[in-house]
Amino acid sequence: MWFQQVMFFVAGIGALGGAVGVVALRNPFYSVLALVAHLVCLAVLFLLLQAEFLAAAQVVVYAGAVMVLYVFVVAYVGGSDEPLRPEGGALRVLGPLFAFVLVAELCIALLGSSLSLIDSQGGDVPARFGTPAEIGSLLLQKFLVSFEAASYLLLVAAVGAVVLARRRRGLEEDETSGLSTEAGGQPKGAPAAAKSAGGAGTVRPSGMSATSSRLRPEAPGGNH
Amino acid sequence: MSATSYGWLVLAFPLVGMLICAFGYRRLPGHSAGWIGSLAILLSFVASILMLLELESRPEDQRELVDAAFTYVHSAGINVDVSILVDPLSVFMCLVVSGVSFLIHVYSVSYMDGDEGFVRYFAYLNYFVFSMLLLVLAANFVVLIVGWAFVGAASYLLISFWYRRTTATRAGIKAFVINVIGDVGLVIGAFLLFDATGELDFAGVFGAADNVFTTNDGPLVAACLMLLVGAFAKSAQLPLHTWLPDAMEGPTPVSSLIHAATMVTAGVYLIARTHRLFELAPLAADIGAIIGTATLLFAATVALVVTDLKRVIAYSTISQIGYMVLGVSAAAYGAGLFHLMTHAFFKALLFMGAGSVIGAMAGNQSLDRMGGFRKAMPFTFVTFTAGALALAGFPLFSGFFSKDEVLAYTLHRGGGFVALAVIGYLAAGLTAFYAFRMVFRVFFRAPVPEARALEHGHPRHGEPHNPTTGEPEDPHVGFDGTEHHNAESSWPMKAAMGPLAVLAVIGGYIGIPGLTDTLEHFLEPTFADSRFADSKPSDGAEYIGLGVGALIAITAIAAAALVFLRRRELRLVVRERFDAVHTLLFRKWYFDEAYNAAVVRPMAAFGRFARNVIETRFVQETIVGGAVGLVRAGSSVARSVQSGYLRAYAALLVVGVTALGVYFLITSAG
Amino acid sequence: MDVSWFLVLSAFIFGIGAAGVLSRRNPLVVLLCLELMLNGANLALVAFARMHGDGGGQIFALIVMVIAACEVAVGLGIIVAIFRRRLPVDVDELSNLRG
Repeated sequence: MWFQQVMFFVAGIGALGGAVGVVALRNPFYSVLALVAHLVCLAVLFLLLQAEFLAAAQVVVYAGAVMVLYVFVVAYVGGSDEPLRPEGGALRVLGPLFAFVLVAELCIALLGSSLSLIDSQGGDVPARFGTPAEIGSLLLQKFLVSFEAASYLLLVAAVGAVVLARRRRGLEEDETSGLSTEAGGQPKGAPAAAKSAGGAGTVRPSGMSATSSRLRPEAPGGNH
Repeated sequence: MSATSYGWLVLAFPLVGMLICAFGYRRLPGHSAGWIGSLAILLSFVASILMLLELESRPEDQRELVDAAFTYVHSAGINVDVSILVDPLSVFMCLVVSGVSFLIHVYSVSYMDGDEGFVRYFAYLNYFVFSMLLLVLAANFVVLIVGWAFVGAASYLLISFWYRRTTATRAGIKAFVINVIGDVGLVIGAFLLFDATGELDFAGVFGAADNVFTTNDGPLVAACLMLLVGAFAKSAQLPLHTWLPDAMEGPTPVSSLIHAATMVTAGVYLIARTHRLFELAPLAADIGAIIGTATLLFAATVALVVTDLKRVIAYSTISQIGYMVLGVSAAAYGAGLFHLMTHAFFKALLFMGAGSVIGAMAGNQSLDRMGGFRKAMPFTFVTFTAGALALAGFPLFSGFFSKDEVLAYTLHRGGGFVALAVIGYLAAGLTAFYAFRMVFRVFFRAPVPEARALEHGHPRHGEPHNPTTGEPEDPHVGFDGTEHHNAESSWPMKAAMGPLAVLAVIGGYIGIPGLTDTLEHFLEPTFADSRFADSKPSDGAEYIGLGVGALIAITAIAAAALVFLRRRELRLVVRERFDAVHTLLFRKWYFDEAYNAAVVRPMAAFGRFARNVIETRFVQETIVGGAVGLVRAGSSVARSVQSGYLRAYAALLVVGVTALGVYFLITSAG
Repeated sequence: MDVSWFLVLSAFIFGIGAAGVLSRRNPLVVLLCLELMLNGANLALVAFARMHGDGGGQIFALIVMVIAACEVAVGLGIIVAIFRRRLPVDVDELSNLRG
């Protein structure tokens, strides 16, 4: 019992610290690392709540795959510190204030609620509670529709990510004109290029293509 | 063919002529439009004569024929056909209208020669003749009102014919507005009659009136007064006369035809047509007689001092129509219509002569600038003088018989009518005086430069300016360019004035008391049901009247000769001695000023008030501006929320969710 | 451990995420803060699942993770597109929707 309490406080403090790190750290790269720590701590909390499969998924999918995606993007975009303009506006003060009010309200709502089991460890649960077998049977029987809907959502998101991150012809002239022009990199876009203004921006730099092609398999891959 | 068939033909010819002129506007070359229009009216005149002969061949008690072309309305107690009434009165009017119109059409061919709107002019003129004939042939109030409104429209179109002259368009608007007052009066009168009798046909209304109304019944008097409003507006009687002098802005033949011979007599026709009602409502008839007398005296006094040649004749017209109104209101229908006919002859003739003089003066109409045209324009001089003699009531000329017959009948009614007749004789003297004031000032005394030039065969050319205001204007409007037309140089004008001059002289011979009561006898079937039908002055009384009239006319002409030929300084002496009176008359008794002050200015002030206060302040600034301001204020509030900052949206979301949570907390706690 | 501890912890994580969303201007960090908020919600869901002994809550949390993954994919795609077009990577600069 004491072990669970110790684990809760260790993991809880870790999760809170990670969360504060995400928000407070100037460098986005560190923010991502803080989030990874936060997620791991959260997985521990899931274990305490007898959600074994969820804890594993949290670590493998979230902390593993999704965060890798973040790291890549931070590396690509250039994990610069906060932008040139100093943080301004009333929201710098008001934002945390609103958030604090929200937290206070949530705590009042949670603790003030007359839920009978809230001050216990929870009701008795069967041994198979939270096991992959249990989750699997629930997903494929009771929540089959949600499961399918979620899979379609993932598909759409994958396609959307590809479309968004894809390089569009004629829109990025100044970007490409600054890079080396390769004669071979100007194949099938000739007719469309004639239509685009200037016509200089038709050359696709191979290096940038590599970046996006590196992105593309990752995006769907990270979701599964 | 029956008389009614000829009646339809009388209507059809001018209508066809109008359509040809209107649709052939660009294709009719030269004078062809004028001759087509004249031919249409000539055919109409011939049809009128045939109608007359057809009617004469019938027994006297069957001379009232009604023929319906088609049913207009036949429901809910309203039975209206498009029908014409052929009886002696309408045939008489048809003859006068189409006959005089034909001569004036011929005259116009010359007078309007070279005008840009030549074809348009004849389309309008034929339209007018059609409308006027429709008016006099109407067999019910609906068709009458249609014709009534049509002639008003034609009058408006022709007064404003030279539409680039501001004075002409203003005069047209004035005439139209006052005519519409009359139209409304006529319509209300017809409604009142329909309300009481349930009929709109003349025969039905008159037949029912005897049973429905008692003498001087309130509704009947009201209806008759409304009819009088219509008649007075159309016939330029007090106090609705102000449009007629201004209507002289139109071409002179138009003044001659519409504003002297035909349209303005429509009111007289209306009273004669509805005489059965007026005899049932003697109060209304008396009012009509009094106003007619007042008008004839008033207009005669103004005609004494006005210096515009055409306006003198216009006031003379108002005055002479006053005689007719007096006649028909005093139950002297035959006499009134007799005067209508002779007046049509000599007044049309006077206007034609005036047009001839104005042509010689290159558009100038001021008597002060004229003089000595006797030698330059002998034909015009002779015919104009014949017209003036007829107007003055000089013995054996047409006006002599007709005017005195009106006055003799009025005297015969006795009572208050004696006073009216005395005023009529007095005004007759004024009439003779101003008639010869025109003659002497235009044709006698030293010739003006225009007259001298014309004697040598060189007509003077005018400057392109408005003869009324003197402001320069478009030379294509209202100026006949290098050609100037007067009766001496163009045969159509002579051809028109000659017959009219003859008629002005001999037209009275169909009504010599005791000898040739032709007209009176002819009209008898129409007025046979009058309660005054047998109340006639004796021949002796009429001859006494004729003698008095002759005496007055000759005296007045002699006085005019004295003042304007022999002792010309007298004129200035009199004018200085009675300066206030002269100013009063010269200002036309301040009618225009009074209307300006009483109606025009308040309306204009109200219009300005409506525009500046109601429209600008209330409608624009309060209603429209307020709505705009409201939407603008609301949207600017809504827009300020749309800052474009992602974090602001997020903050709104958080605040909203928090507020919602607080709401639920509060409600669940309670 | 009582469930209420977990719930309070989840509220704090959620609040910290919200504060981050409101105050940070780098869209990447904003996305990270969104993850925090989702995780806070996830923790609450799992705690409730434990409280009631019902596996549905865990399935719910799983679906939330799926949603988070989708959001990350699209959000990061947008950020990459912004960067590619040489637009400022700053949510305050991207205010073209101003009314």
